[in-house]
Formats: sequence, C-alpha cells, structure tokens
Amino acid sequence: MTTQAIRLFRKMDGLFAVYKPQGVHWKHVRDSIESSLLKALNSCPPPAPQLAVQFQLLSSGENSSSKDLVLSPSMLPTLADHPLVTGPQFHKVHVGVGHRLDAFSSGVLVLGVGKRNGVLEHLCKSHVTRDYTLEGEFGKATDNFTDTGRVLEKTTYDHVTQDKLERVLAMIQGANQKALITYSQVDLRTQEAYELAVKGLLYPHGKSPPILTGLRCINFNPPHFTLEVQCVNETQKYLRKLIHEVGLELRTSAVCSGVRRTRDGPFKVENALTRQHWTADSIIQAIAHFRKTTRKIRKSGMYRQTAGQLSTDVQEQTRSQTGHSEQINELHVELSNPTSDTVVDRETPVTVTEGNTKH
Amino acid sequence: MHVCQRCVSFLLSRTLSAALQQSTRALHQRSHLMLLRHSTRQPLVHTLSQRHSRETWRHFTDHQAASPDVHNKIDLAQKEVVPLNSDVHRISSQVSLSDSQSIDLDAVVRPSPLQEISEEEAVQIQVPSALPPESSTLRPYVDKSETLSKLVQLGVNLWELEQRPNVGSMLVRLDFHADVAPRLLFLKDLGVEESKLGRLLTKNPFILTESLDNLEARVAYLKSKKFSKQSVAAMVSKAPYLLNFSVERLDNRLGFFQKQLGLSAEKTRDVVTRLPRLLCASLEPIKENLKVCELEFGFRGNEIQHIVTTVPKVLTTNKRKLTQIFDFVHNTMDVPHSLIAKFPQILNAKFLRIRERHLFLEYLGRAQYQPSQPNYISLDRLVFLPDDVFCSEVALATLEDFEKFQKTL
Repeated sequence: MTTQAIRLFRKMDGLFAVYKPQGVHWKHVRDSIESSLLKALNSCPPPAPQLAVQFQLLSSGENSSSKDLVLSPSMLPTLADHPLVTGPQFHKVHVGVGHRLDAFSSGVLVLGVGKRNGVLEHLCKSHVTRDYTLEGEFGKATDNFTDTGRVLEKTTYDHVTQDKLERVLAMIQGANQKALITYSQVDLRTQEAYELAVKGLLYPHGKSPPILTGLRCINFNPPHFTLEVQCVNETQKYLRKLIHEVGLELRTSAVCSGVRRTRDGPFKVENALTRQHWTADSIIQAIAHFRKTTRKIRKSGMYRQTAGQLSTDVQEQTRSQTGHSEQINELHVELSNPTSDTVVDRETPVTVTEGNTKH
Repeated sequence: MHVCQRCVSFLLSRTLSAALQQSTRALHQRSHLMLLRHSTRQPLVHTLSQRHSRETWRHFTDHQAASPDVHNKIDLAQKEVVPLNSDVHRISSQVSLSDSQSIDLDAVVRPSPLQEISEEEAVQIQVPSALPPESSTLRPYVDKSETLSKLVQLGVNLWELEQRPNVGSMLVRLDFHADVAPRLLFLKDLGVEESKLGRLLTKNPFILTESLDNLEARVAYLKSKKFSKQSVAAMVSKAPYLLNFSVERLDNRLGFFQKQLGLSAEKTRDVVTRLPRLLCASLEPIKENLKVCELEFGFRGNEIQHIVTTVPKVLTTNKRKLTQIFDFVHNTMDVPHSLIAKFPQILNAKFLRIRERHLFLEYLGRAQYQPSQPNYISLDRLVFLPDDVFCSEVALATLEDFEKFQKTL
C-alpha cells in the first residue's frame, strides 16, 4: 500500500546541483538539505492506526432511564500506532556529496539522493572537468593565500600590465598541457593520439596532480584581476596557490579573494539551487531536470567498468592505454549530443602547438 | 533504553487481578514450565513431534512478543523446549517398549476444559500477561497503562521521551491518580493552557517527580517578586525547566541580572518574562557576551541596556556568530554604533542573509544606511522583510535578478 509519504520518498532519487554559499562547510549544506527533505516526508499524513477490540463501560443503549453500565466491545484505534508513540515515519534520507568544496569557496556542489548516490562515484571517476572563477588581488601575500589570512609581505604592482599577465598565463598553460600529455600516457607520435589531442579528449589516467586544461584572464583592473580556469583533479587550495604563483611570476605578490565553481561536469551554475530553494519541491524538480544527465553518467560508468575488464589481457602498456582511450573516445562521441549537457568539456582551447588563447 | 523489569512489574501488578498476583519474575517462567509439564505428563499426546510442539510454543510466545525488540527471555524459554522434547521422546519410547502393544492414537488423554479440578490446581493456574517484561520502546505498554495513554491524549511526545535515558522507566512507574493528576491540576491552576501542557511535559518530564511543596514554594517566590499570574504562566510555558530550579538559584539569577544590567526592577521583570531561559541557563556565557559587547564592540552602558531590553536573545547567542555579524555590519557596511544600538534586531539575524542583501544593494548602488541622507534604508527593513518584498520595495529589482546575483557571490 503506497502512502503519500512513500510516493514522495520514491521521487527523491537522483542527482542535482546546489549553489554553496561562501563561509559554509559542505557538511552543513548536506545536513540542511537532508533535514528539509525529512521535514517534507514526515509532514505527510501517517498510515491509519490498527483497530483493536476493547471493552468499554457504556450505558445500555435503548432505555435511557436505566443507568447500569454494561461492558460492551468496540473497535478502537490502538494508541501504540499513534504518531506521538511511534515517532516520525522517516529517520534518514541518504544524501551524498560529489566533488567537495572547502568553506572559503562557493559554487556548484553536486549532491545525490537515495539509491542514485552510487552514480556520484561514477561522476567522480568519469572524465569531467570543472570550471572555476578565481578573483585575485595584487599587492600582498598571506599565509593561507586568501585575503583573510595573516599578511606576510606587501609589494608594489604598478609594473604589472595585462600583456605581462597574459604571457605568464600562457606559460603556465603550456606547462600544464605538457603535464596533461605525460599523464594521459599517450604516445603523441601515433595518429590516434593526435586525433584525440586535436579534439581535446586527452585525460590523465590514474593518479595525477592537478592539471589545468584551460586558463584565461577575464578581468584586469589592478590590483584586482579575475581568472577563469578549467581543471581536473584539483583542490581549491591548489587554485589559491596558483594565484600566488601568478603573482610571483610577475615579480609581485597576489592573494586570492574568491574561488567560485561555475561548472562541475554537466552541472552548470544556471541550474544550481540557491538557498531559498533548498526545499523538497524544488529539489524534486531539479532531480527531474537532471534525470537524463544522471542516466548518461550511470551508463558511462558501467561501460567503463566492462571496458576495464576487457583490456586487462593486452600486453603492451601503450597499446592498452590507447585502446582504452579509443573505446572511451567512442563512448564520448556517442554521448556528446548537440545539447548543452555534455560529459566532455568542449571549451578546452585546442593548444597542441600554441599557447596563446584568443577569445 | 530498557524499561526495567521492576517498573513493568508494577504495571503487571495493576493489570492482573489480585488473585494471581504473586511473585514478579518467577511468574512468567513458572507459568511456561507449568504448562510444559502438563503437556509432558501424557506421552501419547500430539506433542510427540518436535515441530508441532514448537509450533504451539511459538503461538504462545507470539502473544508475548508484541514489541520488536524483546529481550533474551523468550530465547531462554525456547531453548528449554529442546531438552524437554527429548524427555517426551524418551518417555514415549519407554511407554511403547513397556506396553508392547499397539499405541492407540485415537485414545488421546487430554484435559477437557469442562473437567472438574481441585481447588489447589485451580489456584496454581497462572495466566501469563501479554506484556513483555523488558522493552526498548513504550509501544507495548501504552494501551495497558492508564498514565501513558492519558499522557498521549494530552499530547506528550512519548517517542521523544523514550530516547532519553531512564525517562521511559520513570513514566511507566508513575501512577496517574497519585503523581500525575495533582501536578497537572497545579499547572492548570497556575494558568498554563491545556494545549501547551503536552509540549511542556515533553520538554520536562521531571516536573512530574518534583514534589508539590517545592513547586508551590517557587511559584510563591516568583509572585513575591511581583511577577503577575499571567507572566508566571507564560514563563513556565516558555521555559519548562523553570520550576525545577531551587529558590536560591532563581534568586541568584534575578539578582545578577538586576545588578549587571543596571536595570530597574520593572524592566528586569519584563526581560525575564520574555526570555525565561535566562533563569535556567548558566551565567558564564552570559557574562562573556556582556564583556564582548562592552570591550570588543565598544558599546556604552546605556546602549547595552537598550539592546538587552529590546532583544534579550543577544545574551544567549553564540559569541562567535555575534562577533561575525557585528564585524560585518560595523566595518564592511560602515554602520555606526548608535545606529546598531537603535536597531539591535540585526544582531539576531542570519549572517548570510545580511551579507547577500547588503552586497546586492551595493551592486545596485542603493546601500545607503545613514538616516540623514536620501534613499535611506533602515537596518530592520534590510533584514526582516521576506525576499520578494525586499526585492520589489527596497532594492527595486526582480527576484530573478537577486538569485542571479546570489550565484555570483
């Protein structure tokens, strides 16, 4: 017998994105979403209580004059099924978190509810990149690379121009491209590897340090500047350190005043839920919106598992790696529809030869 | 949490008739064993097959296992079945060997319900109660106990109370007419509304074990300090633990507030009536908050008095959150002390809300908090209007714009 509560619970199954505000630990976000889902579930009417035969002293019906009370049986609801005795119907909703965001950063945080939490694992292992917007400020250096830390040194920044900044960014991007090619374990002298690189489908295999696949400067008003970064395997602390290193390369110092994640794989900031919308209805709507993306991630995860089993017998290391990447390349070509939700990051600047990015 | 056996025995002793009231624990075991022995006296009975006997036994024990987490007691009884059944087999085999006749299974010797028995046997028949002796929930006892069913009808959340250690046992042990009813009547005389009694008892079930003399003494003390009848009733509803504190402690607290804050008796009474939690909580965090206001924030004495009389909750909030809000409002929004003292509700609001709204107004160029200049936005309107009203009236923008702006923070 499905009650309203059970029907609502079955709808809470899928992935959705939330905009995490700055200064809040990701665990608090997860807890507040879980408690709002539980609140909606427990506000549904409870199932009807069981009836039991009880003997009550009632006055014998017909003659109202006679005052003798007679023990008569009647079916009454048992108090053992009363909601104040049984407690709330739902105690826990499984809410999982995808790529975590530390307290200083804000941005898109992917959460999973119910059985689809397993898909989060596939998302983490899949070849998705993340988009960040980094705000920086020239002139000082602190101990934790943010503008709220203890100031260690102050420098001048008048000599910094946009041209110099672009040059430094191009150099960093070149180094990262080299690292990408090395860690993707692909021999660039082969034709297949060249085609992969041209399409931008190179991806680091196994454990790798954070690699930036794309980097450009959006805004430059000294002392403030804004960078846009697409990266893989990163932590937010690494990105703040990146700002510090940019400052060092420019013979000055810089701190990071904001890290904002604008995209996590196919989950973009336009569809992320702000704090007012952390209620059960909006979450269920968002889950329905991302249903197709979730299915794609799940299918690609299952495919990758079987592909991994198939390619264990191959002897040569490089051949197995390119074969592996070819299969996944085919999968990506299948998955990349002309819609905006793609698992592959399309905005990677094609920089096999040159480092200059023009936008 | 276990509802202890002694408490359940009180319950059982009240539910069973006086004739059967003997020992407490032995009651069950003896009854099980008695009935088993009755069955094993006749070896040719249908209890020959182990399975059948176990089924009858299970039917018997199902009656008892009303709650899901019944203690080992039932398992012990089931383990006894195995050796006794082997006795049955042995007896039956002996009988079959000794008789050396065909066993007539139709001639089953079974005690008929209409058979007359002696007085001693009649007295020895024990009817086991359907209540489990131990349980981790109050569910099996609610229907049978008068106290518990009346409490549920009042609106007390028994599930919440049974999560707390030992409270469930205490409630099962209470007698409605002797313990609970006089205190409920006392609270009703005090002026507490019946709809609020359930919540009060859920928060503080120990009011049912506090002696009536103490309760009356504390109420008399509060009335002697010139708290009106309605204010005492309101205080007890808002702070359920109030009447569990001794007169000395209440006196100490009231004295502290009057001295520290330097308020008149009338204003102290007003503050305490609005936030009676102040009388229950410990004084150390309150002292710290006052020091923070004076030294860190730099408020003057009369400003602190005004803040506390308008928003008493400032005394009990978290020190770190208070500092964070004040730092943002004073340093980032550039609001002077006098203006904050005029609108102390802002110290009570959520930090994220203040931050997002202020940054939105700054982006639009409407962040104007000085009353002397045009387009002034007062701090309470900044914080306490709902989002759509804030957007339309204060920021003069749409709600979608505000959400898009939130996603750029």
